[in-house]
Amino acid sequence: MTMSHESENQEMQTSVKPSSLASVASGHAPKTPGTSVLGTGLETRGVHAWFGKHHALSNISLDFAAGTVTALIGPSGCGKSTFIRTINRMHEFIPGAAMAGEVLLDGKDVYAPGTDVTKIRLQIGMVFQKPNPFPSMSIGENVLSGLKLAQLKVDNKDDLLEECLERAGLWNEVKDRLGAHGGSLSGGQQQRLCIARALAVRPQVLLMDEPCSALDPGSTLRIEETIRHLSETMTIIIVTHNMQQAARVSDYTAFFLSDGGPGQMIEVAPTSEIFSRPQDTRTENYVTGRFG
Amino acid sequence: MTVTAVPTKPWKASKRDRALDFSIFIVALLSSYLIVFLTPMKGKLAYFFCFFAAYAVLTSVFKGVQRGSAAAKDALVNSLVAIGAIVTIIPVSSIFFTILKNGLPGIRLGLFTHDMALATPTDPLSNGGLLHAITGTLTLMILSLIMSVPIGILTALYLTEIKGRFSGPIRFLVQAMSGVPSIVAGLFILSAILYPITKGYSGFMGALALSILMIPTIARTSEEVLKLIPNDLREAGTALGGTQWRTVAMIVLPAARSGLVTATILGVARIAGETAPILLLTGGGDKVNPNAFNGPMGSLPYYIWKSFNAGSPEAITRAWAGLLVLVGLVLILFTSARFLASRKVSK
Amino acid sequence: MSTQELVIPAPREIHTQPRTSDKVFRGVVTAGGLSSLVILGLIALFLGYRGFEILRQEGFHFITSSDWSISTDDAGNVLESHFGLAAMLAGTILCSAIAVVIALPISVFSALFLNFYAPAWLKRILVTIIDMMAAFPSILFGIWGFLVLMPSVEYWAKLLHRYLGFIPIFDMQVPVFSRSPFVAGVVLAIMIIPIITSVSREIFSQAPLDRIQAAYALGATRWAMIKAVVIPHGRSGVIGGAMLGLGRAMGETVAVFTVLNIVFQVNWQMLLGAGGNVASLIILKFGDASPYEIKALMAAGLILFLLTLVVNAIANLIVKTTGKSGR
Repeated sequence: MTMSHESENQEMQTSVKPSSLASVASGHAPKTPGTSVLGTGLETRGVHAWFGKHHALSNISLDFAAGTVTALIGPSGCGKSTFIRTINRMHEFIPGAAMAGEVLLDGKDVYAPGTDVTKIRLQIGMVFQKPNPFPSMSIGENVLSGLKLAQLKVDNKDDLLEECLERAGLWNEVKDRLGAHGGSLSGGQQQRLCIARALAVRPQVLLMDEPCSALDPGSTLRIEETIRHLSETMTIIIVTHNMQQAARVSDYTAFFLSDGGPGQMIEVAPTSEIFSRPQDTRTENYVTGRFG
Repeated sequence: MTVTAVPTKPWKASKRDRALDFSIFIVALLSSYLIVFLTPMKGKLAYFFCFFAAYAVLTSVFKGVQRGSAAAKDALVNSLVAIGAIVTIIPVSSIFFTILKNGLPGIRLGLFTHDMALATPTDPLSNGGLLHAITGTLTLMILSLIMSVPIGILTALYLTEIKGRFSGPIRFLVQAMSGVPSIVAGLFILSAILYPITKGYSGFMGALALSILMIPTIARTSEEVLKLIPNDLREAGTALGGTQWRTVAMIVLPAARSGLVTATILGVARIAGETAPILLLTGGGDKVNPNAFNGPMGSLPYYIWKSFNAGSPEAITRAWAGLLVLVGLVLILFTSARFLASRKVSK
Repeated sequence: MSTQELVIPAPREIHTQPRTSDKVFRGVVTAGGLSSLVILGLIALFLGYRGFEILRQEGFHFITSSDWSISTDDAGNVLESHFGLAAMLAGTILCSAIAVVIALPISVFSALFLNFYAPAWLKRILVTIIDMMAAFPSILFGIWGFLVLMPSVEYWAKLLHRYLGFIPIFDMQVPVFSRSPFVAGVVLAIMIIPIITSVSREIFSQAPLDRIQAAYALGATRWAMIKAVVIPHGRSGVIGGAMLGLGRAMGETVAVFTVLNIVFQVNWQMLLGAGGNVASLIILKFGDASPYEIKALMAAGLILFLLTLVVNAIANLIVKTTGKSGR
């Protein structure tokens, strides 16, 4: 039923086809760290990750300034997803998982003993690869599910509901059927519903693990718009396989690579730099499509 | 001029093929009559087997001549698997047929409003009924549900949500438990509770034994259902700051709700007709007994057993009527379980 | 990036302090999960405890002799007693072996039919019917077996005896065909067909589709494909399913009791109307057993429990390892 506008979007996307990724990336100037009033941001220091004996990720140190969008790119299996899952402590659910290093949120180590893990996850939200609205809940209940899960109290739920759906760019499409089943939405709408759901607990940081990989180009474009809007109020880290997407939405881009051993970060720089003047030849090979 | 393409299915059997198949069928039918006529075999089943043997041989020879030995073997196996399926179905149809034929004459309204307190199984059918058996069976079901559903679902949750150190052994033990003979469950309750503690028959003793038989069914089916809940949902719940308990209670269990109901119903269907432990433990009274904790309690299997063993034609008719009611009950449970399960899949 | 040597640190210990609610949750769920262990343990414990006196008194004779007699004086004191399960155990094994031998080929063929031959609508109907059959109460099989099936089976038994009597197991001295282990075996076969069929169907449906299509693409007929792909994939799973059926057949009580003539003498002639069955023995003797004899029945229950436990354990191991290696 949303065919018409999706195909329209598709046209829109093809009409702005860039001559090069660098020209897309230079379309917006990166935000300078420290200019935001959102807090001091997120920082990882020497993060390693293991699955049992398998050393999956080696020595990642990255600064995510408040209010910026950072894209993590790299071929499959280079540890991008593992990395963002160490940030909100979802990594430890995998049996045999281990990590080293520090993840600092506003200067405090999220792995420090005595930390309340659930609080950390409230501050660092996450959107998954496949849209996963809760099947037993309506659209409205889905958005507010985080409050119930974490037992938070909110004065005006209706306002929060509207605000979150508005920020996720879904309000106009669903405002008349908030009681409908989450599964009745299209894939792209479901993913925006999941974004709205993550927003409802007011996280500082939003992790997105290939949020568009299961979506069509039209829905992808809508999500990207949403990401740009959200970046005004929060820090976003997005894992993506789509380099055009990284070029379009991010301020900074980090390139991850695994040469058979653990995944490493090869290079991080403002996005326009990565796509126009990469320092490392491996980065250059990757962003110009010579491998991966 | 536009050419409209007509959809065809060129892989379907042609008219000629069908005619050939049909003639083989007729020949096989005739030869089965011939075989039964010439040999000492007799009866419907003999016709059936001769027909299939003849059909299998004829088709495979025919295909063999037509297309070689591989096709001949293929045709032979075609017939064999069809026989397998039909042989599987024959007993069910026979059971259905007999149970309806023998049970329906015994079904009267009075059956559902009277108990056997003033009647014996050999009395004319107008005396007494199986009210006590129906209420007893329902009581047993409810009591065993109350005991086994929590344990069964907790076991399934342990296997799918906690995935603790004992997951392997427990999965194994649950499997082993599902193989415990019902008579052993009965003996166990007898030795562990009835003799040393209560010292008297009661419905509750029977329900305890039935719970032992029901727990593994519920646990295994629930585990299958919970495994189908995508891990994404659990992660999404946790990523939203939910503790494990709240994620399971708010997301996993509601998402699996209809599947868990199915598991429960299958568990009830499993025990509805259990007879052996009932014979050992409930004492099988002939009166409606509302107290499950004191005094003998009747139940459908016990009623059927008692009537069947009484042996007179009236008693046998009673047994069949009881079986019809019991099977009806099991089928209602079973169908509703299937219905719920299919609804869950279609979502 | 500089090329200086990177020192890989030791993994950090991850401290997860679960909330109290989670601790309670995990505790309760773990307790529930351990219940199966507790129940199985208690079964073995109590049956062993009650039957200990008999087991100690009879020793190894309990499973090697066939004598089951008890004599009491007028006051009810036990004067002399002999309890031996050999005939019952032999009968249990014979009946369930017959059941598996009959049920296995039928089940495998119907599982193949369901997976690879039947059109979708027929498959749905048949699967429903077969699952339903698994939910039928055992007393129904017993009564139906006694009143409807037994006459036919006796007739087949006579045919078998007449034409195949030269094979020892089909031989017999006295022509008594009624209530033989063969009849019980056929009833049990009908009861376990749904179990073996559904396990086999499950295993066959996991046969890798790409290999199936590869076989077809090489010009295989359906049977050639099944022989090349499905059977190697499912063989041990089907054996496991048969063992599960065997376990069920061994523990079946009421249906066997209804159609089997119990005789305290080891008999391997399957067509002869004299058999044994541990579970049926318990039902047979329970009604008027003295407390002392009840102990012997408890011991018999223990033996039956252990027997089915072992058979089921082997079955599950086989099914489980197939599930893994199949992928």
